[in-house]
Amino acid sequence: MSKIRIINSTAVPLPIENIDTDQIIPARFLKATSKLNFGENLFRDWRFSSNGKKNKDFVLNNNIFSGNILIVGSNFGCGSSREHAAWAIKDYGFDVVISSFFADIFKMNALNNNILPIQVSEKLLNNIFNLIYKNPSQKFKIDLPNQNIKINEKLIDFDVDNYKKMCLINGYDDIDYLISKKDLIKNFINN
Amino acid sequence: MSNTLFDKIWDSHVVERIDNGPNVFLIDKHFIHEVTSPQAFDELKRKKIKVFDPKKIVATVDHNVPTLNQHLEIKDELSRNQVEKLKLNCIENNIELYDLGNPNQGIVHVIGPELGITQPGMTIVCGDSHTSTHGAFGAIAFGIGTSQVAQVLASQCLLLNKPKKMRINVKGVLNKNVTPKDVILYIISKLGTNGGTGFFVEYAGDVFEKMSMEGRMTVCNMSIEMGARGGIIAPDDVTYKYLEGKDFSPKEDEFKSKVSIWKKLKSDENAIFDSEFTFNANDIFPMLTYGTNPGMGIKYNDRIPKHSNSSDLNALKYMGFKSGESLIGKKINYVFIGSCTNSRIEDFRSVANYIVNKRKANNVNALIVPGSQNVLNQIIDEGLHDIFEQSGFKIRQPGCSACLGMNEDKIPPGELCISTSNRNFEGRQGPGSRTILSSPIMAAAAAIHGKITDINE
Ligand code: SF4
Repeated sequence: MSKIRIINSTAVPLPIENIDTDQIIPARFLKATSKLNFGENLFRDWRFSSNGKKNKDFVLNNNIFSGNILIVGSNFGCGSSREHAAWAIKDYGFDVVISSFFADIFKMNALNNNILPIQVSEKLLNNIFNLIYKNPSQKFKIDLPNQNIKINEKLIDFDVDNYKKMCLINGYDDIDYLISKKDLIKNFINN
Repeated sequence: MSNTLFDKIWDSHVVERIDNGPNVFLIDKHFIHEVTSPQAFDELKRKKIKVFDPKKIVATVDHNVPTLNQHLEIKDELSRNQVEKLKLNCIENNIELYDLGNPNQGIVHVIGPELGITQPGMTIVCGDSHTSTHGAFGAIAFGIGTSQVAQVLASQCLLLNKPKKMRINVKGVLNKNVTPKDVILYIISKLGTNGGTGFFVEYAGDVFEKMSMEGRMTVCNMSIEMGARGGIIAPDDVTYKYLEGKDFSPKEDEFKSKVSIWKKLKSDENAIFDSEFTFNANDIFPMLTYGTNPGMGIKYNDRIPKHSNSSDLNALKYMGFKSGESLIGKKINYVFIGSCTNSRIEDFRSVANYIVNKRKANNVNALIVPGSQNVLNQIIDEGLHDIFEQSGFKIRQPGCSACLGMNEDKIPPGELCISTSNRNFEGRQGPGSRTILSSPIMAAAAAIHGKITDINE
């Protein structure tokens, strides 16, 4: 897995609450058997109208906003456990998602796919939205080892699970750790 | 002692506690289906890892399958590929698969319990959020992502932090026409769609004690809709009676000795929960949702509340509803009775009981989709089939069907559907479709009248 350490980027604002996994990627696009190209259908029904035309009002179709940080409203990723939602976000090119609240399974799926979910206060989230709308080239520097975001010289700390942080920084997978414990697991089952 | 039921099962499945990190957590049963498993098998292949213990895995096909002509080849190429891929992965790895045509096939959360595979005290996972359903048996059951499916295939374990514990008590006697679906929709409307995030919920109190296993499954199924990882109900005589004689349940003496172990599976009297809520059964009435998340629910004849938040206003706009309006009388062209929430025999009995000697309204397209082959057979054996046909309802073959619009059963754009499923998200039942969630009887009543109806009138 690739590693995440420091990300310095502009951000894409999507100030909608309760964005569920069916919005992130509608179920009809889950028929693939590989992890590739899900980004094409990220937020599909918001990005394109039913006749396949780009919906100009949607933020991903607006060239003013870009970057590999996605900023979203509260309770992001609620709904299904489909990891396709995380694959779509990563494949589209986002490495960080910032919200004031994440759904549990989405958060785990994001971390397992090298996406860093950062939870901030409602107030800070609103400030971030305002900053981007005022100046779309506003940069955000995210420093994972030091667990902070730098916005206009101001440093704001964020929380991340210690173990998951180590995985992201070093590009480790849970599966490698679990396989290294096979004998321990077998013993546990047999006792 | 002061452990919760959840603590007891969790702690007995911890293989290792990593310092400052998660637990290595053992999984007893792993259900898989066609949509969330192919990439996991690929990962194992790429890493040259063998499946740890194929006997702990049960596979079925449900999300993608058509609900008509299941004996024919699946028409949609991508769906067919996914189903074929699962078949191949199961053969290669010696995993039991209940494929189309197998008498045990059905929605994964319907077949596990009805076959007796799901048992008290177990830890159960599946790449599907509604795995929470199995918690009705006093098991720790929750949905996982595909990376985690690969981890369980490879090691029978997951790396997890222990969630916090919540208890939700509902006390008293339920009102007329109030079903388990209404109880859980009511709870979600009170707690909100993220009220349970970070928690595992135990449901307690006499309402759940008196509830059938089918009803308990409906309740636990929707735990995820308030953000909880899962729901759990302590096993009792209702549970043991349901399990006795099921295909995969322990037999005779072994069953008896299991029951004596299962009897210890309950929260100690002074067990401590991180959060606790108590509701009064009297306050619960048949429920309907009016928005685009399951938390936007009201008593069937209440008016849609005022909203000021832009996301909620957008939800109302999508649904074409206004604050202050009542849902009673809204014209309904589509009725879907099915999904892992409400596709068990008890659900169809209640529908048949309501519609017998009545006919659906002409404008209505009413779909009955049993959760499994076994449920379908029960419907036929009990003569419900004839009632549905005489009333103009269409009976389909088992699968997820119009719950998620991944297969051929979709609700057309703009159409309003009353559905017994668990999610009313934008476009969930097909692009542009609008969903009202309800109990099976409310849905049946809407089918007969062609509009949302006051069943208590
Ligand atoms: S019936 Fe619906 S909610 Fe249940 S498993 Fe199938 S798609 Fe998921």
